[in-house]
Amino acid sequence: MINLNIDGINVSVPKGSTILQAAKEVGINVPTLCYHPDQSVKANCRVCVCEVEGYGLLQAACSTPAAEGMLVKTRTPKVIEARKTILELILANHPQDCLNCARNLNCELQTLAEEYFIRDIPFELRTRGYEKDISTFSIVRDPDKCILCNRCIEVCSVTQSVYALGTENRGHNAIVVPTMGKSLLDSPCVMCGQCIHACPVGAITEYEQLDEFFAALNDPNQVVVTQIAPAVRVAIAEEIGMRSGELPMDVFVAGLRQVGFDYVLHTNFTADLTIMEEGHELLDRLNNNGTLPMVTSCSPGWINFCETFYPDLLDNLSTCKSPQQMFGSLAKTYWAEKMDIDPASIYSVSIMPCTAKKYEASRPEMQDSGYQDVDLVLTTREIGRLFRMSGINFKKLAGANFDSWMGAYTGAGVIFGATGGVMEAALRTVYEVVTETELEDVNFTAVRGMEGIKEAEVDLNGTVVKVAVAHGLSNARQMMEEVKAGESPYHFIEVMACPGGCIGGGGQPITKTNADREVRIEAIYVEDENCEIRKSHDNPEVKTIYEEFLIKPLGDKSHDLLHTHYKAKNKKYL
Amino acid sequence: MDYKAIIAKYRDTTGGILEAFNAVQKELSYLPEEVIAEAARIFNIPAAEAYGVATFYSMYSVEARGKNVIRICESAPCHIAGADEVIAALERELGILMGESTVDGLFALEFTECVGQCQATPVITINGEPFFDVTAAKVPGILAKFQK
Repeated sequence: MINLNIDGINVSVPKGSTILQAAKEVGINVPTLCYHPDQSVKANCRVCVCEVEGYGLLQAACSTPAAEGMLVKTRTPKVIEARKTILELILANHPQDCLNCARNLNCELQTLAEEYFIRDIPFELRTRGYEKDISTFSIVRDPDKCILCNRCIEVCSVTQSVYALGTENRGHNAIVVPTMGKSLLDSPCVMCGQCIHACPVGAITEYEQLDEFFAALNDPNQVVVTQIAPAVRVAIAEEIGMRSGELPMDVFVAGLRQVGFDYVLHTNFTADLTIMEEGHELLDRLNNNGTLPMVTSCSPGWINFCETFYPDLLDNLSTCKSPQQMFGSLAKTYWAEKMDIDPASIYSVSIMPCTAKKYEASRPEMQDSGYQDVDLVLTTREIGRLFRMSGINFKKLAGANFDSWMGAYTGAGVIFGATGGVMEAALRTVYEVVTETELEDVNFTAVRGMEGIKEAEVDLNGTVVKVAVAHGLSNARQMMEEVKAGESPYHFIEVMACPGGCIGGGGQPITKTNADREVRIEAIYVEDENCEIRKSHDNPEVKTIYEEFLIKPLGDKSHDLLHTHYKAKNKKYL
Repeated sequence: MDYKAIIAKYRDTTGGILEAFNAVQKELSYLPEEVIAEAARIFNIPAAEAYGVATFYSMYSVEARGKNVIRICESAPCHIAGADEVIAALERELGILMGESTVDGLFALEFTECVGQCQATPVITINGEPFFDVTAAKVPGILAKFQK
């Protein structure tokens, strides 16, 4: 252990710890901006500088190793003055339009400016004058707001292995750009939106579409229908001043009715349906020498990734549409018929934890209902904004039920929101379908949790099925390299583009650390435990849709409405 | 020009991407996108990173420019010695402004920091070769050597 003294307090930390970590140990908060607890140390913003005895210059706490006998002072007038100057210099290049920024009140730079009572900036304001990049209509980059911390580059390259972002030029001309300095759409960007969480300021946000929602509400001829993705309910609470998971589902539903949705349905219903289709697809591939391993297809960031980097392995992807798109095609066919509503008048809005879902809904092939299957995708954050401006007091709002035919769901649908959830839900159903015996314990805990790659084996009447779960695209890449080399030992792989699964999606409330994601995962499994029905094939409305409409999994109707195909992206530069 | 062959020569050299960029730029005077993409492939790095390398060093250009790159020192000693007049003469002779290239593709005009030849200011370099004690009057003669 290393013994040092910070602000008069003795502290012992393991060798290799930094001053920042040591300070945290004894409850001293050193401000940071480029530092991210789940990333490598960058030490480029300098806002964490401290005085260290024996050093002539101030030292960055995030990068300076703690040393035996070190005397550190983190809050002397000299330190405060230096930090203020650093902040003023950063702000001299940062647009001063906090009031109309998507990250207003949720910005690390703004918070520090407040803490360090920045009043008059002695430097001339000089912004770079770059245009916003809205080319993907999913993610918006505003390079003028960038403070060059490089956190987005690291998450895009190290965590996601997408490498869509890099640095152009050097010194005060340096700027973060997509590949070859082109638009995000031309880069290998998969629209997962992890860069949004990594960004300390408002330089990367989702493409905001609340105005389109209001226009639909305003149109008396439109019936506005919504679906809520499994991961949204736990996290939306964070947008309205509650803890993860604290907003009960029925109150959430009531809130959505309050803000104007005519019908509130559930993506969990089509998550259960996905399990029916995908489970049978797996069995079909196992029994008929189909392409294996089969890889899940719920995550549109992952689909973009596979189409971009592994165009030769598209046959490994399940042909099942994502739950969002299954919902989209059924809402304007099956549900419209059930409700006797003209499908042309249905405006289908999905509420998603995801930025890539915006792109997925706009894919030209997603019109199997005869209309645009999903008209609008709003993120959890956008619904948060909608709720805040609505003035609803959720503590006093009485709960409400989902609407019929596509609103019932099971615990299996709920856990789609967490990494391993699709796999666990599939195993619950596949096991019972194949063995015709009831599971004693529906919990497949081996596939849960934040470990990057998880694996399990299930004995299906003597056939041992090997499964794996990967989340975060660098882990997915590792899985796919094995598949490419013909060395994958698995039959079935679940991939989620975002670390932690959809609960950590690019459209979720800004997530500072992986630890925040674990809190949401816990809330997901609590919800699953509380569900009376926890297996997709037991969902009563799923039974009804197969009896009345789809007839059987992988049948003709399913083929037309619930399955899709993929094509290589052929990006020019990777 | 077979840029692929040039880049491939440096495949096994440590830091070979810089050597490869130098070699290609000697031929083309700049680094086109396909060169950066090919280098990324050969050196097994993402295109975003290869582009970062190509834009990090001010001696590289990722935009097409004249074959003969003229650089004028913009540091204080050259400035005091009358670099402004040299710049004016270059712009006049070539019919372009600083930062531009001639239509015939022969010349590009750029600024540079000090090239370490302050004993003979103002200094210009053409394709890396220094010219000392340059005056407006000497400019046409210097350019003539490259105008073939």
